[in-house]
Amino acid sequence: MSQHPTTYVPKSAFGRWFESRLPIAGLVHSSFVAFPVPRNLTYFWTFGAILSFMLVAQIVTGVFLAMYYTPNAGMAFQSVEHIMRDVNYGWLIRYLHANGASMFFIAVYLHIFRNFYYGSYKAPREVLYILGVIIFILMMATAFMGYVLPWGQMSFWGATVITNLFSAIPLVGETIVSYLWGGYSVGNPTLNRFFSLHYLLPFMIAGVVALHIWALHVPGQNNPTGIPIKSGKDAVPFTPYATIKDIFAVVVFLIFFAYWVFYMPNYLGHADNYIPANPAVTPSHIVPEWYFLPFYAILRAIPDKLGGVIAMGAAIVIWVFMPWLDTSKVRSTAYRPLYKQFFWVFVGVCLVLGWLGSRPAEGWYVIASQICTVYYFAHFLIVLPVLGFVERPLPLPNSILESVMGVQKGGAGMPAGANAEPQSKG
Amino acid sequence: MAETTTHVAEPTRRDFLYIATGAAAAIGGATLVWPFVQSLAPDAATVAAGAPVEVDLAPIAEGQIVKVFWRGKLIFIRHRTPDEIKAAEDVNVASLRDPQADAARVKEGKAQWLVVYGNCTHLGCVPLGQQGEYHGWFCPCHGSVFDTSGRVRGGPAPINLPIPPYAFASDTKVIIGQEATA
Repeated sequence: MSQHPTTYVPKSAFGRWFESRLPIAGLVHSSFVAFPVPRNLTYFWTFGAILSFMLVAQIVTGVFLAMYYTPNAGMAFQSVEHIMRDVNYGWLIRYLHANGASMFFIAVYLHIFRNFYYGSYKAPREVLYILGVIIFILMMATAFMGYVLPWGQMSFWGATVITNLFSAIPLVGETIVSYLWGGYSVGNPTLNRFFSLHYLLPFMIAGVVALHIWALHVPGQNNPTGIPIKSGKDAVPFTPYATIKDIFAVVVFLIFFAYWVFYMPNYLGHADNYIPANPAVTPSHIVPEWYFLPFYAILRAIPDKLGGVIAMGAAIVIWVFMPWLDTSKVRSTAYRPLYKQFFWVFVGVCLVLGWLGSRPAEGWYVIASQICTVYYFAHFLIVLPVLGFVERPLPLPNSILESVMGVQKGGAGMPAGANAEPQSKG
Repeated sequence: MAETTTHVAEPTRRDFLYIATGAAAAIGGATLVWPFVQSLAPDAATVAAGAPVEVDLAPIAEGQIVKVFWRGKLIFIRHRTPDEIKAAEDVNVASLRDPQADAARVKEGKAQWLVVYGNCTHLGCVPLGQQGEYHGWFCPCHGSVFDTSGRVRGGPAPINLPIPPYAFASDTKVIIGQEATA
């Protein structure tokens, strides 16, 4: 943010007095008002705002739920039913929170795949991107622990399966698991500590989000061409252009969100989670929430306990190395005809893995999971490095302006001032 | 105050103080972590709740599996039929993933009683009794198969269902959590 000198001038005497003591208004002005935004951004660049909104929404609904919820193995299930039946609008707050988690993941997956498509992870945005991967991992941990809190059958057995992943670690695995549980099996101490951490982690996410936005404001946003802003003509000021567009996108997203909350609030959950936890019986078909399914399919594809756990972890950790695995100098896939095909195959493989994760682990489902798992890793370890050398990218436009307005030859046929620098408009 | 320290090649008394202070802070910090990590371990009440439990075997019919809890962990007590015992014994032990003879998994002369932990050794689900290829157990979560001796025969589970410590108090009574004293 220090890269962009503020043009903020306080108007009032109090404003000047305050600004000389805490220059926060100037910081906001330079980051969210005067900040130059590429003029060719599509709606795929509104998911940052949508995600920020969802984080706040989850914290607000969560704080209210915590007022009525009891983190005790004997009472948790009943307290959730109490929220649903007795607390005024408790059903709404809980459905907003539960479906909000799914909406959060829908938005984050679109955000992540937009980043993959337009090469946003490449230099100079590697740190920005890795902070994003850290946020995603924190989100997964938070969502997992939140799902345990209602203490239904899926909560209990999901907690058992996921914590048992750590027992695959040689020698110390069993000890680590008993430290996670605070006992010899998932029980009341486990529920207590998960509640504590579920409340803590969103604030850690908020902290990393602040770093993520800070890191974004150093190089500025990527854009559909992948080429940087070269002059003021390539950019528009954040306010009003991006502000209004982000608000509009959030509103549209909220309509989508509301549809789930009001018309099918339990569609994304599992009926088994309305059965109180029973440590003597495992549900006949145990599956995680939809947003974990591709990783779950990778876990089950490997017919070895430790190997499966390593593969599942590697499926996320490998993202961190993407800026260096991708050898292509061209950021945007729009100019990479060969990679564009591989990209969509990769998207397809991820979706198929998600579907396979929801199937029972038997027969050809296992074989299909194995093929998809191999392809998933091949995309990172073979396709990305090799394609940079063998692919001939399409010619890049000279500037963002040119990509939007076409090559300029004297400006005929263009409204006066359309290609002027935004600060000189109007 | 105008005088500041100038750089000298030789370590000085001040360098020693920096290192000593840093080391004390690092060791102190690391020591303080210990009680916090230990607080996560099973607490005294949980450990105390692990006292042995007595189970009456008389009502368990042949072919039946009952579930009991010891230290919060699920345990299967299976009254095996002669066919199930024979199936468990007639196995080439060397061909198993976790080679163990059936005789080593039951008490001598009590081959009809199999006592094993009831959580799959893969990720802890409860396998379903009398199911799967070997009619021992089948885990619905990730497809592990166990035979009538609780040994892993297929799927991702790495080891056999472990045997908890237990002892026969009489022909119809076992004490789970207590090693045989004979």
